[in-house]
Amino acid sequence: MTSEDDKIRVLIAKVGLDGHDRGVKIVARCLRDAGMDVIYTGLHRTPDEVVSAAVQEDVDVIGISLLSGAHMTIFPRVIELMRDADAEDILLLGGGVMPDEDVVELKAMGVAEILLQDTPPAEIVATVKRLVEERGPR
Amino acid sequence: MVSDPTPSCEFVADVLAGRTRAVARLMTRAEAGTDECRPAMAEIYRHTGRAHVVGITGVPGCGKSSLVTAVTQAIRAEGRTVGVVAVDPSSPFTGGAILGDRIRMGDLVGDPGVFIRSMASRGALGGLARATLDAVDLLDAAGFDIVLIETVGVGQDEVDIVRVADTTVVVSAPGLGDDIQAIKAGVLEIADLHVVSKADRPDANKTVTELKQMLMLGLRDAASWRVPVIATSAETGEGIAELLAAIDKHRTHLSTDGNLADRKRRSAEARTLKIAEDLVRRHYAARRDAATDALIDQVSNRKLDPHSAARQLLGTLNSEITS
Ligand SMILES: Nc1nc2c(ncn2[C@@H]2O[C@H](COP(=O)(O)OP(=O)(O)OP(=O)(O)O)[C@@H](O)[C@H]2O)c(=O)[nH]1
Ligand SMILES: [Mg+2]
Repeated sequence: MTSEDDKIRVLIAKVGLDGHDRGVKIVARCLRDAGMDVIYTGLHRTPDEVVSAAVQEDVDVIGISLLSGAHMTIFPRVIELMRDADAEDILLLGGGVMPDEDVVELKAMGVAEILLQDTPPAEIVATVKRLVEERGPR
Repeated sequence: MVSDPTPSCEFVADVLAGRTRAVARLMTRAEAGTDECRPAMAEIYRHTGRAHVVGITGVPGCGKSSLVTAVTQAIRAEGRTVGVVAVDPSSPFTGGAILGDRIRMGDLVGDPGVFIRSMASRGALGGLARATLDAVDLLDAAGFDIVLIETVGVGQDEVDIVRVADTTVVVSAPGLGDDIQAIKAGVLEIADLHVVSKADRPDANKTVTELKQMLMLGLRDAASWRVPVIATSAETGEGIAELLAAIDKHRTHLSTDGNLADRKRRSAEARTLKIAEDLVRRHYAARRDAATDALIDQVSNRKLDPHSAARQLLGTLNSEITS
């Protein structure tokens, strides 16, 4: 018999100080409605907490949303921790607000994709599916 | 995604050594229901039976995750390790799920002595018990001393899970309606311990009293284990130490009066039969051959009765399912 389902698992975290999670909750619902399992960890997570949870949950994708402007310190830290945890096969997605040159730099560092604020939900879903497919089985 | 073709067996040694990545990866494979992981899981099973498995159930929002967090902290303070499997319902429409139990468990993250896994209930194919218990086995084999399972106490699947726990804790919150929620959830009889959560709220006493009166009606054999009612608050910490002591006491009780072996045997039975049932269900869901179709046509045309047809189907099943 073959596998009965191979669900995409996504961990969504809000890192940093801002206390709004309406946006990430909408994203979480869209991904769920696309049939994925979405682990929502809540507000104010640290990079350590995010990576540690992602490894235990064995997710395909980590999505980090931040509006606080600290992306150039937080993403490099997450990438470093993922490397330490031997978890580089997990795809890292970023969301929020940031200038284009930072997007380019973060992608060069290893962030799989940055979805800027106001990215339509359908596009977020499509991006997650495409990236997981491109990565292939693991 | 397709799981990779290399056998999962290589993971077994890593799981037994308690390596997080291996435990997590094998859990994913077991949950997906792939047959490739079965040899590894069979090996894992031989290393289980040491952990104290505690089921925690109750209606949505009654405070289970907060309680799990508080109890886990108390267990960790004693130096014992904790695995948590937290089950949340899937959407019946898309099969997807938002697993939010971790929101309340943030304080536990980062401690290597705690492993938390979120799981979606899936529904239709009834694989929840299988997937959850596979996850429990992995945590047990990886050496976690206590494994806590959080489930919403509705639905047969959820009840099946807590039934196989060594100790079952049923949580009721004050003020969630007049009747005791355990009755609504149909889990009153399976409680080894009752918790009234959110004891910092003024209406908690009323719920404690109601539950105690309920238990006096003698739903349980009073000579063996007196089911305690413990008021806890995840906010103030009230009752948490008492609850942990009661959980430990229940385990001791089981092992000293010989019930533990009985209980383990009953859960082995329930689990085996459930898997057999799932295999049959899955088999027919996944495949419809010409012979099956012909049989169903006969029933549909009133040439054959459904009972005889079902027996004929099962007659051919054995060789197909075990191959
Ligand atoms: N006052 C008070 N509120 C509590 C306590 N424990 C939990 N709550 C609140 O009750 C709500 C639900 O708590 P959870 O721990 O998420 O409950 P749950 O049973 O895990 O919920 P589901 O997993 O969604 O079924 C939250 O708003 C908590 O803040 C407590 O001890 N005291
Ligand atoms: Mg919960």
